[in-house]
Amino acid sequence: MAAIHLVINDSPHEVEIAPDTPLLWVLRDKLNMTGTKYGCGMGLCGACTVHLDGEAVRACQTAVSSVGTKKITTIEGLSADNSHPVQRAWIAEQVPQCGYCQPGQIMSAAALLAKTPKPTDDQIDTAMVGNLCRCGMYQRIRRAIHRAAGEGA
Amino acid sequence: MAINRRKFVAGSAVAGAGLLIGLRFSGGLLIGQESDRAKKKAPANPFDAYIHVKPDGKISLIVAKSEMGQGIKTGLAMILAEEAGVDFNSVSVEQAETRPDIYAHMGTGGSGSTMENFMPLRRAGATVRELMTTAAAAKWNVPKKECEAKKGSVLHEKSSRTASYGELVEAAKKLPVPDPEKVELKEEADFEFIGHATPRVDIPAKINGSAQFGLDVRVPEMLFAVVARCPTFGGKHSQFDAAKAKALSGVLDVFEIPAMGHGVFTAGGVVVVADSTWAAMKGRDDLQITWDHGTAASESSTGMYEALRAAAQKPGKRVRNDGNVDAVLANGAKKVEALYELPLLAHATMEPMNITVHTRGDNAEVWAPTQSPDWVQGTVAQVLGLRPDKVNVHTTYMGGGFGRRYMADFPAEAAQIAKKVGKPVQLVWSREDDMTHDFYRPATCHRFQGAVDANGRPTAWFHTMASTSIRGFWDPKAAPESQEVGGAKEMPYAIPNVRLEFNPVASAVPRAWWRSVENSFNGFAVECFIDELAAAAGKDPFEFRRGLLVKPANWKPKNEDDVDPGRLRGVLELAAEKSGWSAPLPKGRGRGIAAFCSFGSYFAEVAEVTVKGTDFKIDRMVAAVDCGQIVNPESVRSQTEGAIIYGLSAALKNEITIKNGAVEQTNFDGYDPLRIGEAPPIEVHLTKSKEDPGGMGEPALPPAAPAVANAIFAACGQRVRKLPFQLKA
Repeated sequence: MAAIHLVINDSPHEVEIAPDTPLLWVLRDKLNMTGTKYGCGMGLCGACTVHLDGEAVRACQTAVSSVGTKKITTIEGLSADNSHPVQRAWIAEQVPQCGYCQPGQIMSAAALLAKTPKPTDDQIDTAMVGNLCRCGMYQRIRRAIHRAAGEGA
Repeated sequence: MAINRRKFVAGSAVAGAGLLIGLRFSGGLLIGQESDRAKKKAPANPFDAYIHVKPDGKISLIVAKSEMGQGIKTGLAMILAEEAGVDFNSVSVEQAETRPDIYAHMGTGGSGSTMENFMPLRRAGATVRELMTTAAAAKWNVPKKECEAKKGSVLHEKSSRTASYGELVEAAKKLPVPDPEKVELKEEADFEFIGHATPRVDIPAKINGSAQFGLDVRVPEMLFAVVARCPTFGGKHSQFDAAKAKALSGVLDVFEIPAMGHGVFTAGGVVVVADSTWAAMKGRDDLQITWDHGTAASESSTGMYEALRAAAQKPGKRVRNDGNVDAVLANGAKKVEALYELPLLAHATMEPMNITVHTRGDNAEVWAPTQSPDWVQGTVAQVLGLRPDKVNVHTTYMGGGFGRRYMADFPAEAAQIAKKVGKPVQLVWSREDDMTHDFYRPATCHRFQGAVDANGRPTAWFHTMASTSIRGFWDPKAAPESQEVGGAKEMPYAIPNVRLEFNPVASAVPRAWWRSVENSFNGFAVECFIDELAAAAGKDPFEFRRGLLVKPANWKPKNEDDVDPGRLRGVLELAAEKSGWSAPLPKGRGRGIAAFCSFGSYFAEVAEVTVKGTDFKIDRMVAAVDCGQIVNPESVRSQTEGAIIYGLSAALKNEITIKNGAVEQTNFDGYDPLRIGEAPPIEVHLTKSKEDPGGMGEPALPPAAPAVANAIFAACGQRVRKLPFQLKA
């Protein structure tokens, strides 16, 4: 067990936890931030995607001790009122069905757009290949990313 | 809102009660106003859903329909708002309590939620409108026909008077309820919501992390549990050592639970309870378990496929027999034979199975992502030794259902665990648990013999199918073909001699309903073989099908599964037109078509593919949809896209294989659904129809795989007859 200091969505948090615990379970079980989802535990599905200093990472593959001073952003921190351009585009394109993978999809899309404001289809494929959507909403995801790009995400 | 019959008998004496109307699904019968009806002797199961017009004029529909992404809460609100004459935003759909004594029918499946509700909800809504108009006319002492209900108010234009539903509700509830069969429904031309794309009400919460799925349930003092199950079906642990697991920080308890038998089909196993999911999972990794693999340990996919192929060669139970297939096959001008094979498949919902149970002595609280809350309730009650009404089940959002969340296995396990733990406990299935202990889509083999005559007309169709059937798993005494032959039995093409025979194949692998059930494999087999007959006849596959979809002038459906050849031809023609069917494609590219009816909806799909050596790519999918009256076109499009991708994942990539009695695939590395770059663009074309709504959750799936298989043939001349597709060099 170790005391670990985390900055999540600009708020400081102190957790007493085994250092090898994946960030995913720290968020979900210790801090009750359940927007970040468990899907596979092996970094295969992307449902647990969060940002570390703006970089999309899989929280299930990120030991909490490895976060260090990097700032964590989760779906809850993107915007509480659905005003982030990616969230707005997700509504406009009516992307989610079951919605379970969508926090991860949105975090991957937001990280992509932060670096590549006008991504091509190939760039979208590369950035989003790690995010599974069993409801198969891929063409809506693609459209929504282009839409958010057009609105200056 | 809690429905309490006695409270509503008291009616207006209860402040804020408003007007309550009960309705029944599918039969289309609105029974009447609760306070009137309750004066009579109450039947065991009065209604399926209730409409509550509140004193502020807002309307709730209280219904036990689970939202699993199909947009049902939006669609039902649209139907009710339409006929009730209120704004869409004044209608909310509330998840009903799990009270089978109050709600007669609680399951969500079979693509049925819109089908069952459409007319009953329209009539119920129209009843609200009628009661409000009558109340207003009486209040103002004017003729009712001069009053018009709109946007939650009744307007008398001549005297410029308006009264809101909120103002009228107390008077309205005292009126006799009109005959639901006679209430005046809106004309389609006047529809404001039905048929108009409407944003889904559940989406805002699903894009900011606030939507609560089953795994997101958090209650004070809750613990987390995982179960180590024997990987082999029917096997069990013979001994285990928990010392190492118990030494782990966070692990609180380790104990065993027995397997539960028929109906719930749990594997039993060793439970690890911890203060976090991660500690429970780590604890499970540290268990030392000796397994008794049981009698199924010798089962393998190789053996299963061999048994299926052998069974498809043998005479089976005759399910359909028109004309004389034998005579024609003996003399047919040109014989065509083909064998199609389809594997076991997992549902692989994005959210693995889970459930949270809290036992408190004489009652229990359950939070369940489930398609069948009443089954959850009954199962949990049985395990805990409680009356079902002492088990309060809350249905949460669910991260995909596809049939998997109809099952009662995880609720049974959770109840076993909760009974021991005494605190709220969330049972979490890891992805590996979910993949290796599913109820799988049966594996099937389809042997076809057909004949075409000298004029290129098909004269015989002989389909022998073999399946590790669903019923064979659930009920060995039931007819094993009863959930296997749909869509094959109703093969819609006008061929004079048709026979379908069925042979079951035994297996220890659990089987159940996978999205579109038997239509997923029968759609593939039927739509591939008709394509093979077209090729044998030297005909264009679209024109060949079209010529065989003949609707007699006096056609009437023989039963609810009967396929209307005219509607199927309609979508076939639309898909051909929209895809540019006759436009030539360069070498190496091809188009394939497939048309199929299931769950009361008609779909035709055209796939365009490019084949390069043994690789192929789907360039485009075009879908034509006739699902009857459309409620929310946005949901129809979305469900079509999703079901096609689900079907293509199976066509291109997914297979569950068995080795030593256990599933070999454990996570998304071994069972990888389509990813974004593999998903073709999908165009969806809707048909305007006045027919009753059909289902939408499933029927777009069956034509997807055969359309692609037929396109591959068109592109390179190779028939792919086994899923997932692999081209030969």
